[in-house]
Amino acid sequence: MSDPVLATLNLNKSFGALKATDDVSIDLKPGEIHAIIGPNGAGKSTLIQQICGGLRPDSGRVMLRGQDVSGFSTQARARAGLGRTFQISQLCMEDSVLENAVLGAMGAEHMAWRFWRPALKRSALRERAEAALERVGLTENRDTRCANLSHGQRRQLEVAVALTLSPKAFVMDEPMAGLGAEGSKRLTGFLDGLRQEAPILLVEHDMDAVFALADRISVLVYGKVIATGTADEIRSSREVRDAYLGDEA
Amino acid sequence: MRLNERYLNAVMIVGLLALPLWAVVADQPFTITLVTRAVILALAAVGLNIILGIGGMVSFGHAVFFGIGGYAMGILAYHAQTYTALDLGLFSMDGTKSMPMIWLVAMILSAIVAVFIGLLSLRTSGVYFIMITLAFGQMFFYFAISWAQYGGEDGLSIYVRNDFPGLNTLAPIQFYTICFTLLCVVLFLFARLQASPFGLALNAARQTSVRVETVGLNPMQLKLLAFVISGAITGLAGALFADLNRFVSPTMFSWQLSGELIVLIIIGGVGRLMGPVIGACVFVALEHFLGELTDFWHVYLGLVLLCIVLFGRGGLTGLLTGKEGAHV
Repeated sequence: MSDPVLATLNLNKSFGALKATDDVSIDLKPGEIHAIIGPNGAGKSTLIQQICGGLRPDSGRVMLRGQDVSGFSTQARARAGLGRTFQISQLCMEDSVLENAVLGAMGAEHMAWRFWRPALKRSALRERAEAALERVGLTENRDTRCANLSHGQRRQLEVAVALTLSPKAFVMDEPMAGLGAEGSKRLTGFLDGLRQEAPILLVEHDMDAVFALADRISVLVYGKVIATGTADEIRSSREVRDAYLGDEA
Repeated sequence: MRLNERYLNAVMIVGLLALPLWAVVADQPFTITLVTRAVILALAAVGLNIILGIGGMVSFGHAVFFGIGGYAMGILAYHAQTYTALDLGLFSMDGTKSMPMIWLVAMILSAIVAVFIGLLSLRTSGVYFIMITLAFGQMFFYFAISWAQYGGEDGLSIYVRNDFPGLNTLAPIQFYTICFTLLCVVLFLFARLQASPFGLALNAARQTSVRVETVGLNPMQLKLLAFVISGAITGLAGALFADLNRFVSPTMFSWQLSGELIVLIIIGGVGRLMGPVIGACVFVALEHFLGELTDFWHVYLGLVLLCIVLFGRGGLTGLLTGKEGAHV
């Protein structure tokens, strides 16, 4: 069995009396999509934040490629190879699509501390940014101001910025959120191919997408992982059905 | 009417060249002094525009750097004109009347102070950042008032303007040339900085610092460096301002001045290359022409500001070019 790219070891996080993360140990193996599902308030976002550095866990560790990154800041984790997309798009709305992608390229190429030549005229940055935009199909919109993009296009740009980082692992927080059936289907196809490049930890509410994509699924309820397994195992688990899936599956 | 921003910029530069030349021909030295004042205020505001316009940091204490520049000039020139040594504790040095030397000292001191103020104030944002920078401004203001050695509340008079190699700085047009050249240099640097990777990252940090962190960059470091560059430029402007008036006083540290610098930028256009220049020209023109008519000219300045904030978020540059400015 290959070593996990990303893993959490016994993570715990409480807010007062509320246990938001309860002894969570999950891992992400090379080439797989591992989906985290669970009802609203199950602690999915809290878990993601602890993995990406926005929140400190009370105890437990986060391992990235065998390295303990628990003490790392968000930006150090990004530099160590974590590529994240947000549930609510975090983009520079006043900037163009290309500028947003170039920002990612600057992070990847360690080129933020350059003061003279314009960012958009640097071929290293442009090539990386344009390659990412091309892959998500935003090449034609590269000069559009981000604020003028449709919701779906913003979701695509979110993914493109993560791609510019050439991360070792993706952490995607509801990438399908707000996409129509068509957009959701297209993104599902895209993520399906992406797992070969870097494994994806996927938090998603769109069950069609989850069951179509995930190699493994973990079910989070009240901060606790109640089950981990393949799509079929999860679908047939009585416990999961009681807690979450209901009649849906 | 939709004006290309490049034309607008060119018009401003040509205007700032033509007006003083006309004043020389027409023998109107006071006009040159007036334009010099506008150019120096513009220079200070270009410095502020780096952090306010690109980085989104509303510093309400930028007079600190203006005042440091002013006092750097005042103290060095005072020791030179009284032939006394400047005692710095560990060692002592002579004063100087050399402008380049004074500028260098003004910029370095401003940069050092900016590191300290930046490290403390950048931990906060929004209204707290405004208040912390204001508090630093007040600290320097009251310190200058109580600094009896250098004139305290009355300030310091410097009898002869400082020297610049090869120029007669007492001739208004020659001193203007120095100030205008420095403004052009700093505007050029601003334009390069804004388009550079650093500028793009700083601009992104204003809009969403989470995004900047997620691509592996540290928004605090970006903002701190911007704050230091900004402080150094405003410090340079302070040294020139003191030389223009041949006088330094604690009012250079006043919060009113900090506020005026912000107002200049808002009038001209936040984050726009020529925003501070347009703002400074409008400000000095209103101050002069309305000031002649009424002591209450600030009321009209307030009305102008009100109209701009209500009807044109991009300032005058925004109104003329039809593009919105940066949201702070």
